[in-house]
Amino acid sequence: MDIILQLVLNGVAVGCIYGLIALGFVLIYKATELVNFAQGDLLMLGAFICYMFVVWYGLAYWAAFALAIAIVALFGAALDATVLRRVIGQPQFAVVMLTIGLGAIFRSFASITWGSEIYTLPTPFSARATRVGGVTVSHEYVSIIVGTIVLCAALYAFFRYTKFGVAMQAASQNQLAAYYMGIPVKRMFSLIWAISAGVAAIAGVLLAPVSLIDINLGFIGLKAFAAAVLGGFGSIPGALVGGITIGLIELLAGAYLPHGFKDVAAYVVLLLVLAIRPQGMFGAAGRKRV
Amino acid sequence: MTVFRDNVQRNWYIALLVGLLLLPRVLPDYTVDLSLVFIYGLCGISLMVLAGYTGLVSLGHAAFLGIGAYAHVYFIHDLHLPWIVSVALACVITAAVGVLVGLPALRMTGVYLTIATLAFALIIQEVFSRWEHVTGGLKGKPVDKPVLFGISFANDVAFYMLCLAFLIGGVWLTVNILRAPTGRAWVAIRDSEIAAQSLGVNLAVYKTMAFGYSAALMGLAGALFAHKIGFLAPDIFSVLLSIQLLLMVVVGGLGSLHGAIYGAVFVAILPVLISQARDAMPAWGGLDRFMKQPGLEPGLFGLILVLFILFEPLGIYGRWAKIKLYFSMFPLYKRATFRRQKAYMRSERLR
Repeated sequence: MDIILQLVLNGVAVGCIYGLIALGFVLIYKATELVNFAQGDLLMLGAFICYMFVVWYGLAYWAAFALAIAIVALFGAALDATVLRRVIGQPQFAVVMLTIGLGAIFRSFASITWGSEIYTLPTPFSARATRVGGVTVSHEYVSIIVGTIVLCAALYAFFRYTKFGVAMQAASQNQLAAYYMGIPVKRMFSLIWAISAGVAAIAGVLLAPVSLIDINLGFIGLKAFAAAVLGGFGSIPGALVGGITIGLIELLAGAYLPHGFKDVAAYVVLLLVLAIRPQGMFGAAGRKRV
Repeated sequence: MTVFRDNVQRNWYIALLVGLLLLPRVLPDYTVDLSLVFIYGLCGISLMVLAGYTGLVSLGHAAFLGIGAYAHVYFIHDLHLPWIVSVALACVITAAVGVLVGLPALRMTGVYLTIATLAFALIIQEVFSRWEHVTGGLKGKPVDKPVLFGISFANDVAFYMLCLAFLIGGVWLTVNILRAPTGRAWVAIRDSEIAAQSLGVNLAVYKTMAFGYSAALMGLAGALFAHKIGFLAPDIFSVLLSIQLLLMVVVGGLGSLHGAIYGAVFVAILPVLISQARDAMPAWGGLDRFMKQPGLEPGLFGLILVLFILFEPLGIYGRWAKIKLYFSMFPLYKRATFRRQKAYMRSERLR
């Protein structure tokens, strides 16, 4: 029983990371219909920037965390304004290739700037644990779960209650109608990119103590696709639920299935969902319009 | 069958063929790299049929290449089948896998298909590293030089000719399929599924066929690729290779077979050029050290991809078409001829 509880706790924590990355996909997809294959690489940049401030420049963890979020968010907005805005309205294939190319550039940049070694980020939660009953609760995992909850609450409040949030929802439902209503659609999209990149940076910094930081950290984004698809690609709560489900399935598969299944469990789930129920758990079934 | 438009075009292609046959004598040091161009050319055609002509973008083609390579090597080394039989079987197996992937793919559109093929490739890569008694697992598997009908193709020039022959065969077959009703149906599906369906194109049949044909070509390329690299390991057939294959069709120009070949030349030759440029780089302000960074090359590929998509979405082939039109229309060339209308309202969510 304790083992299962332990697995569930760890699975939920890993799943929260997947959920956060998937959240980034969904925010951008809902707004601009672009699928950002570079989301995982933005996460990698966030983790590296935080590492750089903490270890190279000796800043406090929280200050470095905030700086990393701000820098990556600004970078996301700049990316939208300079590059991605040009491809809105082009075939989706072009966008997919464009973001894949951007991801490759980011990885290259990281390897040139920070080197291709593997780093560990020291945090206030590192290597600390509390025993609750028979379960070892490591503080790193708790920080991930708490961070995800706080972030989601903040995002929910932002989209529900602020003028900007509502304007963004309008822009993502119908670009043209929102434009006629006087919403600065372009600026909204840049803002959404900033939020999405910021979320990626947060996920990166939260993930850093659990995983190690290297330039291939971004490939975790591929697993987050499974989370986003499982939740229905356009649904924000779906992304989180999907992420946690994938995290749980992955850890349980690692514990109870033969060697090798842990790494592919997420992709098997992804293929099954796409083959059986392509709209995912929360997505609305799209109808063909002639 | 009349493959060529007119005699002038035919003569140009014959000249090209003669040039290619003589090339190993002119550039003996690069024969090995050039045979890679032909193998990539086959990959490019395969992906062009699927992505450029049928509109199904696959991010998992490295998996088909890997299946072809591993199947071929298993047949010739472990089962000791003749080379030609082994290649044919490898093609059949990859085609079958392609159809299997294509069937669930019928229900997906656009980016979902891309993600699904990506997941498929990642699973297959794991299979390569776990199924040890066939694939050799993470230790890898050495590959001998090809031997056809008792003749060894161990020599670089002989292997070059073999790859060239297969590429010509692949191009000839593909050109003819694309002119036939099958190819027209593929193009119709790419342009509008609804219109194609209304005209009586059976989407399920033609999409699966495109997947099967593309995978079979990839299997053929995989068999040659196995001999080219001489050693199979699971991490060769990674997502990065799939991306490189897609880079080929984008840089070459989607929707043209010429483009597939241009892209193959580009992707196969660029690393050679980069390594030459590295050696020749002057030492201004640490520029040579910067160029020697190991992580630079993938970034450079990414940059090229981004620049092409932003500034020349039709690729090298599109640029060539523009230059040709410029001269044939001179002085009446208008840039607007190629300007594409942006579809802000069209949503791929409901298509």
